[in-house]
Amino acid sequence: MNLNPREQILDAVRQHLPTEKVEYPAVPVFQKTIPVLLPAFEARLRDAGATVHKPADLAAAQALLAQEHADAKVICSATPDLQGNRDIHKVINPHELADVDVGVIRAGFGVAENGMVWLTQEDLVVNALGFLSQHLVILLDPAALVADMYDAYLRVHLEDTAYGCFMMGPSATADIGAVLVHGAQGARSLSVYLI
Amino acid sequence: MAKQRVDVAGNAASFIDQDDIHEPFHDKNLWAARMKRDAAARAVPEWEDLRTIASLIKEHTLTHLDHYLEMFEANAIKRGAKVYWARDAAEHNQQLWEILSARNIDAIIKSKSMLQEECGMTAFLENRGISVTESDLGERIQQLDNQPPSHIVMPAIHKTPADIAAIFANAIGTDPNNTDPHYLNEAMRADARKRFLKAGAGMTGVNFAIAETGSFVVCTNEGNADIGASVPPIHIASMGIEKLLPKVSDLGIFIRLLSRSALGTLATQYTSHFSGPRKGGELHIIITDNGRSKRLGLDDFWHSLKCIRCGACMNTCPVYRRSGGLAYGATYSGPIGIILDPTFDESKYSELPYHSTLCGSCSEVCPVKIDISDQILKWRKVMAAKKYLPISRRLAFGAAGKVFEHPTLFHGAETAASAAMKVTPHFLLYNRGLNPWGRHRELPHFAKQTFREWYLQYKQQDNEEPQQ
Repeated sequence: MNLNPREQILDAVRQHLPTEKVEYPAVPVFQKTIPVLLPAFEARLRDAGATVHKPADLAAAQALLAQEHADAKVICSATPDLQGNRDIHKVINPHELADVDVGVIRAGFGVAENGMVWLTQEDLVVNALGFLSQHLVILLDPAALVADMYDAYLRVHLEDTAYGCFMMGPSATADIGAVLVHGAQGARSLSVYLI
Repeated sequence: MAKQRVDVAGNAASFIDQDDIHEPFHDKNLWAARMKRDAAARAVPEWEDLRTIASLIKEHTLTHLDHYLEMFEANAIKRGAKVYWARDAAEHNQQLWEILSARNIDAIIKSKSMLQEECGMTAFLENRGISVTESDLGERIQQLDNQPPSHIVMPAIHKTPADIAAIFANAIGTDPNNTDPHYLNEAMRADARKRFLKAGAGMTGVNFAIAETGSFVVCTNEGNADIGASVPPIHIASMGIEKLLPKVSDLGIFIRLLSRSALGTLATQYTSHFSGPRKGGELHIIITDNGRSKRLGLDDFWHSLKCIRCGACMNTCPVYRRSGGLAYGATYSGPIGIILDPTFDESKYSELPYHSTLCGSCSEVCPVKIDISDQILKWRKVMAAKKYLPISRRLAFGAAGKVFEHPTLFHGAETAASAAMKVTPHFLLYNRGLNPWGRHRELPHFAKQTFREWYLQYKQQDNEEPQQ
């Protein structure tokens, strides 16, 4: 009887399992409540502290990036759609991203219910880009929207990526006097370019 | 034994009595969170169905926990994570120490984890020369003030901005007279960032673990857990055995419930899914029991393992809101603390079940339908049966029991209480020093007649009326 902690814990669990087993419940398909996704998505993004932009094309998006972040010294883009001045594919150590002013990432899809965007390790190239950057610009195809979290979890493939994040606006805290402040530890601002 | 019992009522009285600012501020902010929670819940037509389904999914998982633990472990290992098992706090900390010391790591950053609080992890590591920085702002405030978190999701909610300005002035040299939350946040952001970049490992907790993929989910508003997971080369997660959900699609339900219940927001700003180590990194998961398997065997109390740590029961609790979380003298405070803490130490926390009005509001807001108020009552019975109560309370409850058992005694007591109220001096009932709880309250006026007197009188009148 010299069991290791793993066996001892599993044994203790088995020994204490409630005798009455509970079946996994039937989960109905709930009625959708958002008639048109895009306006709802935009409204929720703004509620979460993000800004929404609709550049006409990628050239306009590039100009918008330059205009929005005129003071930025380091712009690092993880998407070939927009150009920065730091090549993320040459980054070996995430610490190299500590001085990034603006990170640019293309998201896989958005969620109309709450304004979240889905970013994976593949979208970020280096995960730290999403968290060390002072500001974020997220590109999103306005047609790539799902209604709610039920649909969102049908669309993610956790078995295909080591990291995926639903990001809902910039970093936020209300830990001092319950006052909302943006830019706690992560990004100070988040702009979504619908393109 | 008695000397280490937490005097929760006394601690709460001190919180109320310190000044006229802290307790009203605390009460107001938590009630605001409760109101926001109500609005968020009302906006979801299937809210009550979601609570029922979430409760059943958790009960299903917990009644098949061995199966889902093994499934999670196998899938996490398949993804490249290293999985460890710890029976208690000591094994959790020892395991962690072995991982860190093997890599000569002397500084870590950590995000919020109630399990790590349970384990006393920070003190353990600091005693071994490892510097630990809390990355959540509220937790960092508490760390700098040498206090544990007072609330599960709002660790420093019992403090005013002026308190925090004083702490930061002392710790990082901010202007003690500047209490602007934006200014204070910015100063801490600058200080914390240097520490983030120096850390050799990032530690997180686990909000949900998914058996079918071996993934786990961490929810934050600051993005601090993600910094810990993405910047240092090593990510170590502490996971309680009860955190499991069977399937990825379950998250659609639980993520919808969690932040709406906690703060009334649609979700946390970051909902992050870790499935194996990131490119070029290491991922370690310490699956920890620390009393949970034993709790699973308690017929009356195992439902407490369904808890998803949202804090809704704390925000709604009229006693918690006026007491402050530190009054409970335990890792978990508020209604959920009352039912969890005694499973760690019955004697130490034997007073907690009496720190409740049994109003039932906690059970009504719980997103996974834990019968919190019923469990509080059951814990009172445990405490009474095991004679943990102080002698004065045992005598009072004993007397009450006798009076309620004997109708004639009760009627006499009822009339006598009414009479006594008329002559008890006001200063005795409301003296701030004697009874801080009465400060904002007036006792109701006793009716001139007791209900029984009224009933007997009208019954008699009824009987006197002529039959139709």
